[in-house]
Amino acid sequence: MLKIENLHAEIDGNEILRGLDLEVGEGEIHAIMGPNGSGKSTLSNVLMGHPRYEVTGGSITFRGQDVMELEADERARLGMFLAFQYPSEVPGVSVANFLRTAVNAVREEELSVMEMYKLLQEKMRVMEMDPRFAERYLNEGFSGGEKKRNEILQMLMLEPRLAIMDETDSGLDIDALQVVSKGVNELRGPEFSAVIITHYNRILRYIEPDHVHVMLNGRIVTSGGKELALELEDKGYDWVRQEFGSVA
Amino acid sequence: MPEDRTIQELGLDEYKFGFNDPEEYFFKTPRKGIDPEIVAMISKHKNEPEWMLEFRLKALESFFEKPTPQWGGNLNELDFDEIYYYIRPMENQGRSWDDVPEDIKNTFERLGIPQAERETLAGVGAQYESEVVYHSLKEEWDKAGVVFMDMDSGLREHEDLVREYFGTIIPPDDNKFAALNSAVWSGGSFVYVPPGVHIDIPLQAYFRINAENMGQFERTLIIADEGSYVHYIEGCTAPTYTTNSLHSAVVELIAKPNARIRYSTIQNWSHNTYNLVTKRAVAQENATVEWVDGNLGSKLTMKYPAVYLTGEGARGEILSVAYAGDGQHQDAGGKVVHAAPNTSSLITSKSISKGTGRSTYRGLLKVHEGAENSKSRVECDALLLDENARTDTYPYIEIEEKKVNTEHEATVSKVGEDQLFYLMSRGLSEEEAMAMVVNGFIEPIAKELPLEYAIELNRLIQLEMEGSVG
Ligand SMILES: Nc1ncnc2c1ncn2[C@@H]1O[C@H](COP(=O)(O)OP(=O)(O)O)[C@@H](O)[C@H]1O
Ligand SMILES: [Mg+2]
Repeated sequence: MLKIENLHAEIDGNEILRGLDLEVGEGEIHAIMGPNGSGKSTLSNVLMGHPRYEVTGGSITFRGQDVMELEADERARLGMFLAFQYPSEVPGVSVANFLRTAVNAVREEELSVMEMYKLLQEKMRVMEMDPRFAERYLNEGFSGGEKKRNEILQMLMLEPRLAIMDETDSGLDIDALQVVSKGVNELRGPEFSAVIITHYNRILRYIEPDHVHVMLNGRIVTSGGKELALELEDKGYDWVRQEFGSVA
Repeated sequence: MPEDRTIQELGLDEYKFGFNDPEEYFFKTPRKGIDPEIVAMISKHKNEPEWMLEFRLKALESFFEKPTPQWGGNLNELDFDEIYYYIRPMENQGRSWDDVPEDIKNTFERLGIPQAERETLAGVGAQYESEVVYHSLKEEWDKAGVVFMDMDSGLREHEDLVREYFGTIIPPDDNKFAALNSAVWSGGSFVYVPPGVHIDIPLQAYFRINAENMGQFERTLIIADEGSYVHYIEGCTAPTYTTNSLHSAVVELIAKPNARIRYSTIQNWSHNTYNLVTKRAVAQENATVEWVDGNLGSKLTMKYPAVYLTGEGARGEILSVAYAGDGQHQDAGGKVVHAAPNTSSLITSKSISKGTGRSTYRGLLKVHEGAENSKSRVECDALLLDENARTDTYPYIEIEEKKVNTEHEATVSKVGEDQLFYLMSRGLSEEEAMAMVVNGFIEPIAKELPLEYAIELNRLIQLEMEGSVG
């Protein structure tokens, strides 16, 4: 599904990703954990093709295709999705209007107005969102929790093959966390893979990962099963730094 | 469509639709430039009463006396001697769709305008449907005593009313361009709504068949009598092709006590045009006037719709949106004068600049002494689509009264890389993402327009962004 090899990337001349390797198979859920500043958001943005980052080495293949030269929209149409840590506001554009455009952009066949309406209603119910929410302007004046729910709503509408979730759990109360997790589990299946980027293992109680990776200084320094997340919680990131700081 | 005898008798049905060929116009002044003789000729051609001729000639003097404004946009290249001041275009029936130039047809195609409407916009064809609509509406209006006709007919058929109000809101010596318009005006609309009459369906200049509705020096006068309501739409959203480099209109509105007038315009001029328009309204006691103004195209637009709040409790609102692309300057804004107590006003101005485009907000807020408890809010937002684009803001405020509440807010934003990336990550192409940000930006104004106009406004801006119109 996704294969990252020896990925190097920089922003404004500063190297952030320094030889990162990761392979995600069909239907797998991976968790990437790491301290602040370890390069998790950089990885997310680079995977999705943010123009401000320069990839200086390595490769990214998605479903057998080299995506390095593709624009973000082309990657989206291939089935990649990024749930943003800090989604942008787009004043004057309603959630419904935005989703209509986005869904039709990634789908091969356009949905009718009625089909779109039904789909949106259904997905908003899953996310326990008030139907009036669809008429609000995209992310404008949304609370932190509303933004995150909205990201997952978009994911449900777009049905990607691979979702990268950049700290979607941060700042959520327990109820919101459960709803967000429900959204992700809704898509779980052989056709859907996810990379869940997180600081804490809280969310991993609701979305059980197949693999857990620890990121430090722009590389994956160790990987394991879901027990690694528990170990990390026990020992903290200082342990990671001591143990793997020299490797990274 | 009944055949138009006059046209046939005149043998003018051979007429070719000549956007660029003034020789084929029906009537035009014998030479470029302006002088009393030309003005007299125009008046005579229209069979006008003596007082209108005098009005025109006096206005001409003002035009000569007034200097060309040195503020606002650059008018140095505007040569008053190089303009035909009266060109009466052919009547519609003489034209055929086949005669419309290919590039204009293409533009209509790209705008997705239905064929029937395209023909109307191009000034050809019979437009059966809208004619049917128009006639049934017209019957209703007639019954209610509503007058809606072109200004020339208004002067002929309602001379007393016209004489009472014409040029009273915008006197000919108000400014150089109002003076010019007063001297050579032609076309435009005349509207009178009797007391208490509410017109639910907007009056659209587009409905006026066989009239000169998009003249160079059009003149519109709308009188809403006590307690009446009218929404007038001056909409020609397809690019207005003209060989003329100057468009200078005058629009006067009078809202009598408790009346409400809403005046919506979307204009899209070809990129060589100077668009210098004077629009002003008077709102009497508890009356409301709303200007909704969209400015696209042109080389330079200078337009500041004004509301004079002369009666207690009157309300004025000005919503304007402007798009300045490469080489264009949109100098637009609004003007509100509070001259009575408990009056309120709201100005919302949105501008978009791209490339070497420049947009300016220029506004005046004036509160006279004694206009107690007046409230005013001005909000101007500029959106820059790239690094070179430019915007500036000139909010003039003169307040003579202490007990007032005024707010002013100005924002400048750039379409950010992160915002575009966000939208593109959901599958939108860069152009679609940009268009979405821009459409969102103008949404507060678009939602005030009837749906079909809002859609066309969005589409037009999109086309302008692609640089494919004009
Ligand atoms: N424009 C920039 N110039 C230089 N360094 C940057 C820039 N943006 C982010 N960084 C640095 O990149 C590192 C990784 O950031 P980020 O990917 O956001 O980490 P994380 O998401 O893991 O907290 C941080 O040390 C941050 O300071
Ligand atoms: Mg981060």
